[in-house]
Amino acid sequence: MSALRYVLRLGDLSLVLGQRLGEWIGHAPVLEEDLGLANIALDLIGQARLLLAYAGEIEGRGRSEDEIAFFRQHSEYLNPTLVEQPNGDFGETIVRQVLIDAFQLELYERLAVSSDERLAAIAAKAVKETRYHLRYSSSWLVRLGDGTQESHARVQASLDRLWPFTVELFEEDDLDREMAEQSIAPRLADVRVGWSKRIDEVLAEATLDRPRERPYSWFGKRGQHSEHLGYILAEMQHLQRAYPGARW
Amino acid sequence: MNPSIDSKREWPLYEIFIRARGGLDHKHVGSLHACDARMAIEHARDLYTRRQEGVSIWAVRSVDITASDPQDADSLFEPARDKIYRHPTFYDIPEAVKTL
Repeated sequence: MSALRYVLRLGDLSLVLGQRLGEWIGHAPVLEEDLGLANIALDLIGQARLLLAYAGEIEGRGRSEDEIAFFRQHSEYLNPTLVEQPNGDFGETIVRQVLIDAFQLELYERLAVSSDERLAAIAAKAVKETRYHLRYSSSWLVRLGDGTQESHARVQASLDRLWPFTVELFEEDDLDREMAEQSIAPRLADVRVGWSKRIDEVLAEATLDRPRERPYSWFGKRGQHSEHLGYILAEMQHLQRAYPGARW
Repeated sequence: MNPSIDSKREWPLYEIFIRARGGLDHKHVGSLHACDARMAIEHARDLYTRRQEGVSIWAVRSVDITASDPQDADSLFEPARDKIYRHPTFYDIPEAVKTL
């Protein structure tokens, strides 16, 4: 069942981040950005559907992607802790997005040649979406970082706050090693090299300083989450838990 | 009016043109606000190509468009009205030609 846990990690990342971005709908600074963020959120929910549906097939208990999304507990969610962090201001959302877009892009590019054909096909589709997500988020980071004194200070502070959560993305555990040995997933060390290069480029253009590495203790990808995930799940799962099987 | 909204600080307006398919021309689809040309393209992608409406986007700052003055319509467009000989309708077209 290692493959199941690995696919859940990927799917939960997209699902939780998509749900977070969805919170911007109706609240973004301008109408155009409202649509921009909603489009990215929908891409992510789309990726989550494909991945969680696949997880359901691997699991073999007949659960659909909706059942997997709506009827799992807090500790059964395996997304990295970074994506459940609050949106903060628009700049903080953009910082989180750059960090995770670059990660997803480097990951999906490599998963597109996975020995698992289904995963390879999902990654090949997602990589095109993710390339646009990174283009969107990094162009905003450059505008804010290299913008006014105020915008620069705010995104630098967001970067300093969110940076420790990136450690987890590349922390290779037994599951990651097993997936890499079966050529299902890439080595996270390789993903990190590509990620680091992309991040350094955008930070340089945005005139932002790369924070120093700091110790880190959340491991969402093993089910040990920050306090924020509970609130996300409460909102996301409420309807299906109150009215199981409700449709519209 | 809300005094905190300063119209001079709004993002500039861009006119957006979309090419629906290769070989067709770019058609005007609307306008949007963006702080630079690159953002205009990204906004246009999100606003106007969500349903596969296009394969290419042009963005032009609205202030860069020079428009004819509606008050000049008489002198600009009226004179063409009685010059029907400018239409290529005086040629006999063979019936076999369908697509002209």
